[in-house]
Amino acid sequence: MPYESVIGLEVHIQLSTATKIFCNCPAQFGAQPNTQVCPVCMGLPGALPVLNEKVIEFAISLALASNCRINPCFLFARKNYFYPDLPKGYQISQFDLPFCEQGHIGFETAAGLFTVAIRRIHMEEDAGKSVHAESYVAADETLIDLNRCGVPLLELVTEPDFRQPEQASAFLMYLRQLVRYLGICDGNMEEGSLRCDANVSLRPRGSAELGTKTELKNMNSFRHVERAIAFEIERQQNLLRRHEPVMQETLLWDAAHQVAQPMRSKEYSHDYRYFPEPDLTPGRVTPGQIDKVRARMPELPLAKKTRYIETLDLPAYDAAVLTDDIRIAEYFETLCRHVEDKKLASNWVMGEVLRALKEQDVEIDQLKMTPESLAGLLQQVEKGAISHTLAKKVFAESLATGTDPVVLMQQQGLSQVTDESALTDIIQDVLKQHPAELADYRAGKEKLFGFFVGQVMRASGGRADAKKVSELLRTRLSK
Amino acid sequence: MNVAFSDFDAIKKSLTQGELNCADLTQMYLDYIRQGAQVNAFISVFDEQAPGRAMDIDRKRRHHKAGPLAGMVLAIKDNLVMDQGRTTCGSNILQSFTSPYDATVIQKLTDADAIFIGKTNMDEFGMGSSNENSAFGLVRNPHDGQYVPGGSSGGSAAAVAAGFCTAALGSDTGGSIRQPAAFCGLVGLKPTYGRVSRYGLVAFASSLDQIGPLTRSAGDCAELLQVISGHDIRDATSMDEPVPEYASFLRRDVTGLRVGVPGEYFDEGVDAGVQKSVKAAIGFLQQSGAQVVDISLPHTPYAIAAYYIIANAEASANLARFDGARYGFRAKAPSDLEALYVKSRSQGFGAEVKRRIMLGTFVLSSGYYEAYFGKAQKVRTLIRQDFARAFEKADLLLAPTCPTTAFRIGEKLDDPLTMYLSDIFTVSVNLAGLPALSVPCGKDQQGLPIGLQLIGNHLQEGGCLRVADFLQRHYPPSAPSEYIPSAAGKNDKEAL
Ligand SMILES: [Zn+2]
Repeated sequence: MPYESVIGLEVHIQLSTATKIFCNCPAQFGAQPNTQVCPVCMGLPGALPVLNEKVIEFAISLALASNCRINPCFLFARKNYFYPDLPKGYQISQFDLPFCEQGHIGFETAAGLFTVAIRRIHMEEDAGKSVHAESYVAADETLIDLNRCGVPLLELVTEPDFRQPEQASAFLMYLRQLVRYLGICDGNMEEGSLRCDANVSLRPRGSAELGTKTELKNMNSFRHVERAIAFEIERQQNLLRRHEPVMQETLLWDAAHQVAQPMRSKEYSHDYRYFPEPDLTPGRVTPGQIDKVRARMPELPLAKKTRYIETLDLPAYDAAVLTDDIRIAEYFETLCRHVEDKKLASNWVMGEVLRALKEQDVEIDQLKMTPESLAGLLQQVEKGAISHTLAKKVFAESLATGTDPVVLMQQQGLSQVTDESALTDIIQDVLKQHPAELADYRAGKEKLFGFFVGQVMRASGGRADAKKVSELLRTRLSK
Repeated sequence: MNVAFSDFDAIKKSLTQGELNCADLTQMYLDYIRQGAQVNAFISVFDEQAPGRAMDIDRKRRHHKAGPLAGMVLAIKDNLVMDQGRTTCGSNILQSFTSPYDATVIQKLTDADAIFIGKTNMDEFGMGSSNENSAFGLVRNPHDGQYVPGGSSGGSAAAVAAGFCTAALGSDTGGSIRQPAAFCGLVGLKPTYGRVSRYGLVAFASSLDQIGPLTRSAGDCAELLQVISGHDIRDATSMDEPVPEYASFLRRDVTGLRVGVPGEYFDEGVDAGVQKSVKAAIGFLQQSGAQVVDISLPHTPYAIAAYYIIANAEASANLARFDGARYGFRAKAPSDLEALYVKSRSQGFGAEVKRRIMLGTFVLSSGYYEAYFGKAQKVRTLIRQDFARAFEKADLLLAPTCPTTAFRIGEKLDDPLTMYLSDIFTVSVNLAGLPALSVPCGKDQQGLPIGLQLIGNHLQEGGCLRVADFLQRHYPPSAPSEYIPSAAGKNDKEAL
């Protein structure tokens, strides 16, 4: 029997707010253990949570980007379970009335455009970390770092719309790009800023009923997500072919051995006993708040890419490279405001600019070349005032010295020589200096034409317009 | 009159006239605490910190820089965190816990120049109505040592009644201020939910808990409430509403005031003596120009059940943090993580707390949530509506605080359900989030105090204070009791 796989994702998006969700502690990653804590995020007796308004702003922007319906009134709930890195014994999350519901996100896969339905997005606090692997932890010890406690998360839950692992990982990649565009998450999967669980089940093709699903955890790269889901589909297929039941369970992806292992039942058989969080009053989102965020929303990645192709007439490849990172796209767009030839601008960003970023290992806002400066240089290229080759040299020197490229061109007299009389003078000189070659040429050794062009270019210090030189030289020699 | 049994008004007079200073007053209270050790009102006594603080306040007074509560010596229920001493909540699991921060109310009281004399005994985590559920021993009613002082703020009530302090702070989740105030002959106020910041109050049931004063007089209650009330950005459930001048409700009459009497609070379960006293007070108010109206709170019979479901559900989560992993009591030699939790919590919590955690866990469990927690929330809404309707006809409601006076130590210990039922007239107010005050209303045949409860509409603490103050000034059974200090030790040996 042919089976169809049914895949849904739950993605935890760690928000890059300055402070935590319910207290004023910094939310940044990487500080010394237990230095970014206070009575609230340590869950000390008597401490109470107060919602960070910035989290609502971030949640609104993701809700808008995923076309969700924002609930005018939302509730927090307590999710109860015991774990040493969960200092209150419950996580403040959302259950009934989440932040927003019923949206959709369109993105591209290798096979074309795909739209996944979004069930809900809710806010919650992160837990701390149990530390085992550090050098200061003894073999029989577990230490607890509470720095991450209370870092804000958005959990996005998709409908089980994916049919192939590739769709799931393509979605995750797009979502990463999206949250980076929105500036709400750094998207770093290795550091856990973006965490993904997958629900996988199989059903006979054509059936509308869902099979028993398993939950996959611990996939911390796009590749792992794809591999783990593929592994799980195959495992379930094998079970079903042997007429064995699929158990509803949670599996951990073991990247080293490329297998998904069931968690011990105790570790997940929770009854979370959700109930409304009495320490926080019901939250309200006003149309005014939404409008304020909407007004600042960036153009989303897919729309931007489409516009580059359709309006700027760029190849799909260029559009993809340029829109991958919103800051690159913004650099490119500033450049385009001053440069007519969009393909020329695209080539320069994809070539010189990206290469420079890579070589210098810097972000684009640290690059010593504003898009306005580069635009000045490209205008000279467009005018034919400087050759591509020279322009690249100027670009490199400008990066190294920080001097504006156009200023550099003028200082060094690097403008291209297109003036006919000037070029004719140079040609005269060259021919005078090489009488033997001239005689040979006239005797029929036409290959020497290239030699003369080269000599003229050299004499001009590379500034001569090569096309013009050929024209003039041909006229002169045919006399 | 013995100054230890004076209200703050009288103390302030003595201070101003130079007959008294804070240092002597504090020392006198400390002496009384030592002499009255058998009451067991305190878990911690600040005998080292309080005298120095009193001298500081005296210095401020000499320079006319003292705050409004200079000279008020306060006992604080041990579920309010302070960055001095330990905060135990009456539990073994927090036996040696010290808080790194002060509760908001403690900060406010410190700023107002109050002096803290110690932390009072209580039913463990506020769970009890007799102060017999404390890891630090039971508390005796200063009026008669064989009787309970009420709970869970039993230590706070006993401390004020026994002359160990000027006033005290308690917390009230289902009657934990008003019932001990009634049992010990004091004024006790549970403010409107959100009137006083809960930041730094170790939570029992977050949607019901409020901090409030236990005092000898309505006037003292008003002064204390004035200081501790107000919005707190650290408590999302605190109300951002202006705080009225509570003193302006004192020394007023009751002419034209509509006093609602809920029939459900005068049923056959109420002691005859209590009925009689409360009805006599109603008669006095009527004579004094108040308009008495009969009202009905039809969902009263469901209040106890709804309260114990909601309170225990919230408590089961609030107490989850006490797991032996990070602070507080940790059982020795657990074999693994689960054993650490199970042993620490089994050994650290007392029987009543464990009973309530299990009940609370059960009512939230999948498959039972709707039948219990969901239904209790609906009852809560109905109870709120009962009150809303009642307040269309009345400005404030009047009822007994408790169906009985203080009961004997040990009497209800083996019968939790009977114990729970003693909260029958106090829990509805918490479910509805309303302010309510207990004021003395005479004594029963054993000489035990009777409490009269005044229930106000949202933020109408002033109305409760107005009637309580009026009664205390004009109706002798409500006056701050004349008190015999030796009674606290009476029949000490016969008691449990
Ligand atoms: Zn914090």
